[in-house]
Amino acid sequence: MIAIVDYDTGNLCSVWNALERIGAKYVITDNAEVIKNADKVLLPGVGEASSAMKKLHERGLCEVIKNLTQPVLGICIGMQLMCRSSEEGNTECLGIFDTEVKRFYADKKAGVKVPHMGWNEIHNIKTPLLDSIKEGEFLYFVHSFAPQMCDEAIATSENGMHFAAALNKGNFYGTQFHPEKSGSIGELILKNFIEKC
Amino acid sequence: MVAKRIIPCLDVKDGRTVKGVNFVGLKEVGDAVELGCRYAQEGADELVYLDISATVEGRKTFTSLVERIAQNINIPFTVGGGISTLDDAARLLDAGADKISINSAAVANPDIIDQIAAKYGSQFLVLAIDAKQIDGIWRITTHGGNKIVDKELISWAYEGQERGAGEILFTSMDHDGTKNGYPCETYAALSDKLSIPIIASGGAGSIDDIVKVLTEGKADAALAASIFHYGEVKIADLKQELQKRNIKVRL
Repeated sequence: MIAIVDYDTGNLCSVWNALERIGAKYVITDNAEVIKNADKVLLPGVGEASSAMKKLHERGLCEVIKNLTQPVLGICIGMQLMCRSSEEGNTECLGIFDTEVKRFYADKKAGVKVPHMGWNEIHNIKTPLLDSIKEGEFLYFVHSFAPQMCDEAIATSENGMHFAAALNKGNFYGTQFHPEKSGSIGELILKNFIEKC
Repeated sequence: MVAKRIIPCLDVKDGRTVKGVNFVGLKEVGDAVELGCRYAQEGADELVYLDISATVEGRKTFTSLVERIAQNINIPFTVGGGISTLDDAARLLDAGADKISINSAAVANPDIIDQIAAKYGSQFLVLAIDAKQIDGIWRITTHGGNKIVDKELISWAYEGQERGAGEILFTSMDHDGTKNGYPCETYAALSDKLSIPIIASGGAGSIDDIVKVLTEGKADAALAASIFHYGEVKIADLKQELQKRNIKVRL
């Protein structure tokens, strides 16, 4: 059973719809005991970092998530909250990944837009979360902030600056892109998380 | 750098697509979900569903359609048509829409842009703008181009960005439906002035038109309806051709 952590950030349903499509069993919960006892944990999220972090605190889930030993996957803001800190709202985050989340800057001459919205390539891919994913494969991104490059990066991408598109440390994984919106490639990544992580 | 996006647009009335579609092999011609799935498989980067129902019943049908789209389509999709309040935005977000587009309601009440962006984030909000050139000035129009408003295109688009819109979808009412191509200079001026993505819409008659608006017009995405629905241009062929011309696309 996969626990999708419900901390009142938008668009949870796109994650559960994707899990439905690949036939995975899941529960949507903010209950600490359910999360601790799940086989896998998914921390989704669309939204703003400081308010998302506040909601995790309010629900008493910060220490719970940090101490999980089963595979955990953070998506977008969910991954950003697992970093040390975010420039968005000057937010102190969970500190699982040893990197900081920084803002993108638009560069009209170079055609760099913010938000970084659409399909972009990932490179420097490491497994197992990204098993069978080719170098240069396109994934769907929507964000204005991104984790800085670091040793824990298992994929990188670029939008005016290079950034970590996916992270892994021990049992913790994160993707800046949205596997639940990245077509069949995204569904393969979710399957990898379920079967190979 | 992010790839240029190709976005088919589906007009929906009472739950079914209304533009004639001559895809072979669809179980039910006109089924909005099945057609969206087909486009997604052919390489569409996103989809736009526009609700053109005029009735309360039609709106309800559209919301349940959005739920079915969200369940079945594995790429992002935007919904638009008749959205004027925070409640409309909430209803469509809950149904599973990735983004909503607003048009006339934002012209009538620009604060709705700030309100939706503050509550759901800029990434959720596309500001759709219809405009036509009058005495050399791009004037905003509503009601399908029939009502001319005292706003100028670039300043309104910029205001939309500053208020929190995440993307601009600009349709030239002078070009829409003509298949004569897009006003590329105007798109380039928008792209130079704004830092958010610009989606070009209305006027595509050929692959060349789309190439031009993505290069000379500096647009980040091209939206089209009839050339895809009538099979005049296949998305896969279009993207192959764009790649040949050194435009970054997802294949």
